[in-house]
Amino acid sequence: MTASTSAAADLRPATEPFLRLTSLRKTYPGVVALSDFSMDVRPGEIIGLVGENGAGKSTLMNILGGVIEPDRGAMEIDGVTHSSLTVADSMAAGIAFVHQELNLFDNLDVAANVYIGREPRKYGFLELIDAEKLHRTVEPFLDQLGATFSPETPVAKLSLAQQQLVEIAKALSLKSRLVILDEPTSSLPLAETERLLEVVAGLKARGITVIFISHRLNEVVHTSDRVIVLRDGKTVGELTGAEIDHDTMVRLMVGRDLKVNYVSPAKPGGDAVLSAQGVRTATYPGREIDLDLHAGEILGLAGLVGAGRTELARVLFGIDRPEGGRVLLDGKDVQFATSADAVKAGIFLVPEDRKGAGLVLDLSIAENITLPDLRSYARSNVVSQDAEIARAERSRTELDIRAPDLTQRASSLSGGNQQKVVLAKWLAMKPKAIIFDEPTRGIDVGAKAEIYRLMRELSDSGVAVLMISSDMEEVIGVSDRVSVMHEGRIQGTLDRADCSEENILRLAVGKPL
Amino acid sequence: MLKKDLGLLVLIFVVGAVVATINPRFLSTINIANTANLVGLFGIFSIGQGFVIITGGIELSVGSIIAVLGVVFVDLIANKDVWWPLAALLVLAIGMVMGLVHGLLVTKLKLQPFVVTLCGLLIYRGVARFYTKDATAGFPFGVNFPDLEWITTGRTDIVSVLTGGSFHSILIPHSFFVMLVIAAAMWVVLHRSVFGRYLYAVGKNEEAARFSGIRTTRVIVAAYMICTTLAALAAIYFAMYTRSILPSGHGSFYELYAIAAAVLGGFSLRGGEGSIVGVVLGTILLQVLQNLVNLLGIPSSLNFAVMGSVILIGVIADQQFAMFRQRREVARGRLAASTAMPEAAE
Repeated sequence: MTASTSAAADLRPATEPFLRLTSLRKTYPGVVALSDFSMDVRPGEIIGLVGENGAGKSTLMNILGGVIEPDRGAMEIDGVTHSSLTVADSMAAGIAFVHQELNLFDNLDVAANVYIGREPRKYGFLELIDAEKLHRTVEPFLDQLGATFSPETPVAKLSLAQQQLVEIAKALSLKSRLVILDEPTSSLPLAETERLLEVVAGLKARGITVIFISHRLNEVVHTSDRVIVLRDGKTVGELTGAEIDHDTMVRLMVGRDLKVNYVSPAKPGGDAVLSAQGVRTATYPGREIDLDLHAGEILGLAGLVGAGRTELARVLFGIDRPEGGRVLLDGKDVQFATSADAVKAGIFLVPEDRKGAGLVLDLSIAENITLPDLRSYARSNVVSQDAEIARAERSRTELDIRAPDLTQRASSLSGGNQQKVVLAKWLAMKPKAIIFDEPTRGIDVGAKAEIYRLMRELSDSGVAVLMISSDMEEVIGVSDRVSVMHEGRIQGTLDRADCSEENILRLAVGKPL
Repeated sequence: MLKKDLGLLVLIFVVGAVVATINPRFLSTINIANTANLVGLFGIFSIGQGFVIITGGIELSVGSIIAVLGVVFVDLIANKDVWWPLAALLVLAIGMVMGLVHGLLVTKLKLQPFVVTLCGLLIYRGVARFYTKDATAGFPFGVNFPDLEWITTGRTDIVSVLTGGSFHSILIPHSFFVMLVIAAAMWVVLHRSVFGRYLYAVGKNEEAARFSGIRTTRVIVAAYMICTTLAALAAIYFAMYTRSILPSGHGSFYELYAIAAAVLGGFSLRGGEGSIVGVVLGTILLQVLQNLVNLLGIPSSLNFAVMGSVILIGVIADQQFAMFRQRREVARGRLAASTAMPEAAE
């Protein structure tokens, strides 16, 4: 491993690693999140970290950040061995994170964000903030990053890419040696992505190490000196220099045991149940969406994060009003004023944000299941708790919800079981069309397979299923057809035969087939 | 929830026992009847406040509603010769509309409940003072409403009525009965009905409620309407109880009594938590404390200070207890996890 670095463009002499991870292991009940993970980190290299969702990337990050403790293994920082880190240890070691969801105060300006908690003070015990010094200190960091905004700019006025620069400036101001970027480009337009990659190269030139976590493999190929591929918490490959290429990474990432086996529908798709014609959403008011969802099919809706898929789902489910265009149900125009109207029409949504929108975590499992259709369990508006429990009991059997007690709070369940409860809410009613928004995000493999099976059962019973997913394997493995969105419109729709990762990706980045 | 109520009940008995030992007049029939009357009057609108608090909102205009609708009611029946049941219905309807407006401002215009109802507090108080030109509203000499007075300020020995005179209890004020009937009805609404479940769901997680197809706007508006309608009912009862209303001071701070009763009764101002039994017990405790100040010869100027201190102590104790329970649960969970671990590993 170490010998081949010289083969790369990097001509720096191989220096001693300042961070060495050995045999890290972390398990959660039923899941091995990280297993026997070892890695050396040297100054000034760019390490790509790739793997499917749930491969163990976030676990590794959380261990490095001092957020969770590993069960086993050691971390050596500058020759000092730790069995676990605290957040303060991690900062002192010079490890900085730029998370996918940025941790900025958008009510403060750039400089205040960079130096939050470490503000230069003046006038002794009065401890007034020395704003002038603050801005003066931040300026050079912004210059180094090629930022075009000033330290006085309110963060709320910055684009996402610019906000990332603020986070990186913060890392520079902390004299970080290791900057970990988690999916930094997933929500960025192409031009800004390229600029960010230049920033990453700039960090490397300063001797700062970057761990670059990304699903966009081409970027990984272009930037990384070394790539570590994770699968099921294990390192399944480490590539350096010329070994780093797209196909190799995909082969390593996608283990055969993880492959979703496509199950074909019992009968060909029927008539269009739910259609969007020229629908425009608030996020992309200038783009029109045309989509037909047929009875008995699973239509995958792919696209990059921010392509407008969730916004479409919200409109179809009556949460948001469309800016324009028509929504048709069985060929007839419908206008949903609220989600209650959509539910009445038999259109259901399993939302992306399971804990925030899918469930009321503080209500019991049974209460969550009956919530959308509570009147069916009530006589003259008084809810029969026996009827509720009976329903929940049936759902538990049908969906194999692993819960000892149905009156316990939904918050006590694991992610997969929570998702089954969200599903149970809707399956207890008569669905015409169900929209799944990222149905298996953060769910273990076993529960995933069961959710796929349920989706197929639904479609075979004549329900129209729309599945929004960013998990390529899932999109290809589950869908009968795939529509791909790009910046607020449908870039193309692929039949089963054409559903390849390459085709979907081409459409997702806005290229024609 | 039940445990919390039980704790509050014990506290009421302890405070009551202490007061009774120091001053036996606490248990005199007249004192019990008077306290029951006040519990009834304050309970009626405190229950309403509970509904708004469960949605995560707050209703600050209750005291001003009691003032403005009180003077309107007295004026209608005493000076305008409106048949009193009609006047009562009118006042209740006005109360209901007030809640409708508050609720729509909160849900449709997305204003903060504190701001909306603070404006209500100021506006209704101003209107009340303007309506009577800042004079005291009251009944002219010799004007009587026997039926209305029986319903509002009458007292009945209920035991004697039920047993046909063979047993006797003390005379219990009708305001207390009315409060109990409302509490029972609202208990069914909050704890057993579809609407009640929706209230808890909306209060805990409005987003998830909306994604479950619940018309969250309607649920929230209805909560404000229940609150202000009960405040209007309380306005009638207070008007008949005091018989003269000084619009600048009548009902002042009553919204805070209601909020205090709800908080003591286990409601969370973040929404989604609370019970009818809790808010009724909270009201009782507050009135017992008022009574304590009077009976123990504590200067009545300290009234609010005593109340505030007890609420503060109560809330701190409750929180500490909750934390203790949580720690115990976590410890138990960890124990369970450590015993289950060997199986999960393979």
